[in-house]
Amino acid sequence: MAEPRLIEISPVTRVEGHGKVTIHLNRDNEVEEARLHVVEFRGFERFIHGRFYWEVPVIVQRLCGICPVSHHLAGAKAMDQIAGVDVLPPTAEKMRRLMHYGQVMQSHVLHFFHLAAPDLLFGFEAPAARRNIFEILREQPELGRRAVLMRQFGQEIIEATAGKKIHGTGAIPGGINRNLPIDVRDRLLARIGEMTAWAQEALAIARNYTLDHAALVADFGSFPSNHMSLVREGDGALDLYHGRLRAIDAEGGSLFDGVDYCDYHKLLVEDVRSWSYMKFPFIRELGPESGWYRVGPLSRMNTARFIDTPLANAAHRELRAVTGGAPNNATLASHWARMIEVVHCVEKIHALLIDPDLQGTDLVATGERRCEGIGVIEAPRGNLIHHYRVDENDQITFCNLIVSTTHNNEGMNRAVKDVAVKHLSGREKITEGMLNQVEVAIRAYDPCLSCATHALGQMPLAVELLDASGQLVDRATRGA
Amino acid sequence: MAAGTLLIGYGNPGRGDDGLGPALARRIAARELPGVTVEIDYQLTVEHALLIASAATVVFADAALDADQPFYFRAIEEAGGQSLGSHSVSPPDALALARLLFGARTRGFVLGLRGACFGEMAEGLSPTALRSLAAAESFFLGWHEAEGQGLPISG
Repeated sequence: MAEPRLIEISPVTRVEGHGKVTIHLNRDNEVEEARLHVVEFRGFERFIHGRFYWEVPVIVQRLCGICPVSHHLAGAKAMDQIAGVDVLPPTAEKMRRLMHYGQVMQSHVLHFFHLAAPDLLFGFEAPAARRNIFEILREQPELGRRAVLMRQFGQEIIEATAGKKIHGTGAIPGGINRNLPIDVRDRLLARIGEMTAWAQEALAIARNYTLDHAALVADFGSFPSNHMSLVREGDGALDLYHGRLRAIDAEGGSLFDGVDYCDYHKLLVEDVRSWSYMKFPFIRELGPESGWYRVGPLSRMNTARFIDTPLANAAHRELRAVTGGAPNNATLASHWARMIEVVHCVEKIHALLIDPDLQGTDLVATGERRCEGIGVIEAPRGNLIHHYRVDENDQITFCNLIVSTTHNNEGMNRAVKDVAVKHLSGREKITEGMLNQVEVAIRAYDPCLSCATHALGQMPLAVELLDASGQLVDRATRGA
Repeated sequence: MAAGTLLIGYGNPGRGDDGLGPALARRIAARELPGVTVEIDYQLTVEHALLIASAATVVFADAALDADQPFYFRAIEEAGGQSLGSHSVSPPDALALARLLFGARTRGFVLGLRGACFGEMAEGLSPTALRSLAAAESFFLGWHEAEGQGLPISG
């Protein structure tokens, strides 16, 4: 009989930031436990104490070099409340929305084509040397070229609205500090037809993959869960920038709806576990065992009643039809959902670019100063909460952040265990390809572990197989 | 038609000496050298491939942990192409992307600047880094001039 074993995947690759997976095998080689650990500490909620509130939208972008715009906007929305502003001038809100759609679009494109596609196109257990983006580019360079150009288009929108591609300054408490010049608008508009066509082609790839691999998708890391996101106030449409909180259970039943996000702390509790720096949020009323939930593109497809742009709405209806209108709980369907959102973003960008409000000059509203502000946004990876308190000297005294990856913590851990049990249990020999399946499940959530903790340092790229006493049995270095 | 030299200085100025690449890029940009385009970023990303493809030569300036001299200057002999992350694109990978996607024939070099302090969440360069910066700037100017005259030079 074999000795119990511990398998460690460290770090998980092709995700943002650094985490590791441990898989405990018993003497019969069955998976007893599998966990995603986030092994870096985020001190950001403390670093920001004492800073002036108007600095927040700029400083919080240092949380992450990958999705700084999401933090910029969530922070700015919280500072709107500190500045006593509940309604922005139309130009300000539309410029922020344009920035946000550019960010979501480029983030999703990067994830799908460059991080996830090698697994989807070559297979989860394909040789590691083949399973990378460069192999795709060698075989389908046009696909890769479009991915780069779509991402560059998104970055150009961010630069036009935020001032810089990374760590911009566009959103300020109460509004925005610029409008969109006509020449920039026209330059972007000239490319919108191409972007729309390419977005639809990307959507078709993700859709076809999901439908062509229906059995795999239905089984791989698929499990019932609650889902939560913002939806548009009144009609429940998909809204990535603003709205009310809605949560549903695995069958689509309402858990809460139309909730002001300033009350998030009444609904959600953040649990702590000793083996990870990342918290485990759950819905207070349901408790930690059944109150955990997922966020992100697939959850948004489940919570939104419809999408207010025609191409994305048709795709949304088709995705929902796969499960007969019930929530889709298949982790791998996230890629289809993500590409629906790319189409939606391009449609929204088009609508905004032809809106003359973007050339307006009323950029900032003012109000009566408050001591607390909460900003919530639907970031590429899911719901993002920023919460601050400010003293009489305008300095931050309290900060709490719940980022998308933290919301998804329990869901990712369940996905890891589901895949580990199905694909590793009972195997005498664990191959790199099998371990990659675990990583595929994590990647489907597009986790940003840097955001969820705040990265410091860099970990080696290694897979280690240890026995129950911690003795190293086998070790592989990825890329060696 | 690809032409000129592209200098990409990258790193995080909020992490001490990791800001060496941007610091060098700012100094070179201020000189407005003919034929030199300067780009400053926190990290290399896939869309840098577009910019690289527009240049005849690209120099990646980055802080170095492994330099035993104030700086090193190395030709990228082989483009990358084994792995790619979203915030970990290496100079050989960026060059490989430019070649694969846009047919670039750009020559690539890495200018590594020795730093000493990377752990702190603070702006500003250490004395070691400042010496590296001065030496690398002087080298780059000489290299650029030699390039213009078709002379060989090494770091």
